[in-house]
Amino acid sequence: MERKGAKEKGFAGLFFMLGVMALYVVVFFLNEQLGRDALDHAGNLLSRLAPVLALVFVLIFLTNLLIRPAWVRTHVGQHSGLKGWAVALVGGMLSVGPVYPWYALLGELKDKGMRPALVAVFLYSRAIKLPLLPLMIHYFGLAYTLLLIAYLLLFSLLNGMAMKRLEST
Amino acid sequence: MQEPPWRNGEALKASLHKTTSMFLGILPVITGVILLTGLLIELLPADAIAEWFGHNNFLDALTGAVAGSISAGHPVSSYLLGGELLAKGVSLVAVTAFLVSWVTVGSIQLPAEGVMLGWRFALLRNLLCFLSSILVAVLTVATLGLAG
Repeated sequence: MERKGAKEKGFAGLFFMLGVMALYVVVFFLNEQLGRDALDHAGNLLSRLAPVLALVFVLIFLTNLLIRPAWVRTHVGQHSGLKGWAVALVGGMLSVGPVYPWYALLGELKDKGMRPALVAVFLYSRAIKLPLLPLMIHYFGLAYTLLLIAYLLLFSLLNGMAMKRLEST
Repeated sequence: MQEPPWRNGEALKASLHKTTSMFLGILPVITGVILLTGLLIELLPADAIAEWFGHNNFLDALTGAVAGSISAGHPVSSYLLGGELLAKGVSLVAVTAFLVSWVTVGSIQLPAEGVMLGWRFALLRNLLCFLSSILVAVLTVATLGLAG
């Protein structure tokens, strides 16, 4: 599927943001305290997100500077084979912070030839949060955590395969 | 021999310009998602979600997947809430579906994903992730049961 033009995407994003702002106006009108608390949460989120946004900006800058479409096609493109799946799987597990800044990088790589199936693998394997494993083990036990991780790895690949089929139809 | 791109002023400038204009383009989407997440955290507190459970295993698993899909916030919150739900007697299958859909399905982030990766891709992927969260939950708990 073709991605929308940059201008069209910009407008869609702007309309979305204006829609959410309009929603806030309604919320403030109905319940001012709720609106204030929601804005506080949003402010906290933004402060947590800022370092990730900066990291993604640097990664996209480096991608634009150093990575040519030919490189992307070789490593995560149509003929990247098993290596492509492994790169997407490990890349997703190592990616940090909220997901939405990563969409921009993946969109850029998709434009340069990354397979949509591998984008799906990357996004699914983000469910495995390596730094949070000790906490998960603490709450749910070692056996449960290991099993869940194994199934998440398996389903990352299965989702990628399913997306490959669905995208080709 | 060709100059490497990091030593080429023109290439550096072009790359910086492309990255900056792309970021300015996605900034409204990210701002919208952050604002929406803030609102959702206020409208759907943890205690409210806990009250949705308590029917049967299948319905609870479905409820868990739905609750995780529309929830927002750091995954740590899902562990805390998952632990609370378990303590309240909600089944492990439901809690697992909740934990998995929390980190794989992004209904709040869907507009951002749709704009940046394509709407068809975003909708199909999220639907697959939603169904997978129930399957992963059933398989994990079944395997755990088999392993004793």
